[in-house]
Amino acid sequence: MALRTLASRKALVAAALGGARPLPAARGVATFALPDLTYDYGALEPAISGEIMQLHHQKHHAAYVANYNKALEKLDAAVAKGDASAVVQLQSVIKFNGGGHVNHSIFWKNLKPVSEGGGEPPHEKLGWAIDEDFGSFEALVKKVNAEGAALQGSGWVWLALDKEAKKLRVETTANQDPLVTKGINLVPLLGIDVWEHAYYLQYKNVRPDYLSNIWKVMNWKYAGEVYENATA
Amino acid sequence: MSKRTVELHWGKHHQNYVDGLNKQLATSMFYGYTLEELIKEGYNNGNPLPEYNNAAQVWNHHFFWESMQPESGGSPEGGVLQQIEKDFGSFTNFREEFICSALSLLGSGWVWLVLKREERKLSVVCTRNAISPLALGDIPIMNLDLWEHAYYLDYKDDRRMYVTNFIDHLVSWHTVTLRMMRGEAFVNLGEPNIPVA
Repeated sequence: MALRTLASRKALVAAALGGARPLPAARGVATFALPDLTYDYGALEPAISGEIMQLHHQKHHAAYVANYNKALEKLDAAVAKGDASAVVQLQSVIKFNGGGHVNHSIFWKNLKPVSEGGGEPPHEKLGWAIDEDFGSFEALVKKVNAEGAALQGSGWVWLALDKEAKKLRVETTANQDPLVTKGINLVPLLGIDVWEHAYYLQYKNVRPDYLSNIWKVMNWKYAGEVYENATA
Repeated sequence: MSKRTVELHWGKHHQNYVDGLNKQLATSMFYGYTLEELIKEGYNNGNPLPEYNNAAQVWNHHFFWESMQPESGGSPEGGVLQQIEKDFGSFTNFREEFICSALSLLGSGWVWLVLKREERKLSVVCTRNAISPLALGDIPIMNLDLWEHAYYLDYKDDRRMYVTNFIDHLVSWHTVTLRMMRGEAFVNLGEPNIPVA
């Protein structure tokens, strides 16, 4: 009884932290929770419809979290049993669902309603770095849009910081592969989900329209903070 | 499958692949190749060339539209049913495996019923993005588009409902029978049971 009360208090704490930290369960396998958005589902309109935001968060992201937790439990059991082939077999499901959770958690923070500063271009350190590595802010937007539109199938397009080379890069990843699969030194500053579920209900097959509109709710403040922390 | 979905899927997505391919072929060394040749050559053993994606998607979608018929589904009859029972145990097993496979595909892709040349049997396979069993050397018998654009408007994220409705109500066993007949010209499925007089 006492253990359950402890667990539920931790759940409240974890929820307050935005779900970024896993909940330690009695058995020892950390479980993850769906992080809350800091804005209403409809707050990003007209760039992204409330319907999409709700489905994207409550169905897609929630499914990644649930399946990730399930996969981790199975992994724990397989590791405990010493079942090497089972461990290896679980890797793709873990990468997919875990990646989905990681990527979407970043994505929600990348977006901000216009009334709270969404869409305001980057300034200071990140702004200068963009000018240096891409020529101009417009050039960066054009590059991201081009790579995002050209991505075949499902995936993400990223503005990344290469910590070692100290340069900004535009990268794409397939399916739910996290950015680090493209380079261990890459830090995600901004990610745009180009899976069809991210835009289909509103933009149908016209992915380029989705890409050009999403900049209106881009949270450059967050990207700037990540950049400054990584280059401190 | 709603009218709106078919309008968009055929009129926009499929059309875009056709237009894109034509544009590429205007300046490509593959000009003059048939679609199937484009797919086999373009696949380039796993390192697809630029023309591959459009060519394969044009082929895949055409195959898809023909794999369906209004108010169809149910189960096959005769030779096709016999072959399914031989290779899957029962039609129910096949149906389960088809649905399961479709749900286990991570990301965009297709689920197929193929006739495998080497193993000489029917099999359910999933392919990612635009990969085609033709490029892998097998004979496609029927397919289902699992890209989100194929079902999002009608089912949102409920892929299971979409696949179930397809196998229960849309798949054209008539087309499957025709394709099997053609496939048997290339794959020896064993001796026929000719009754002794």
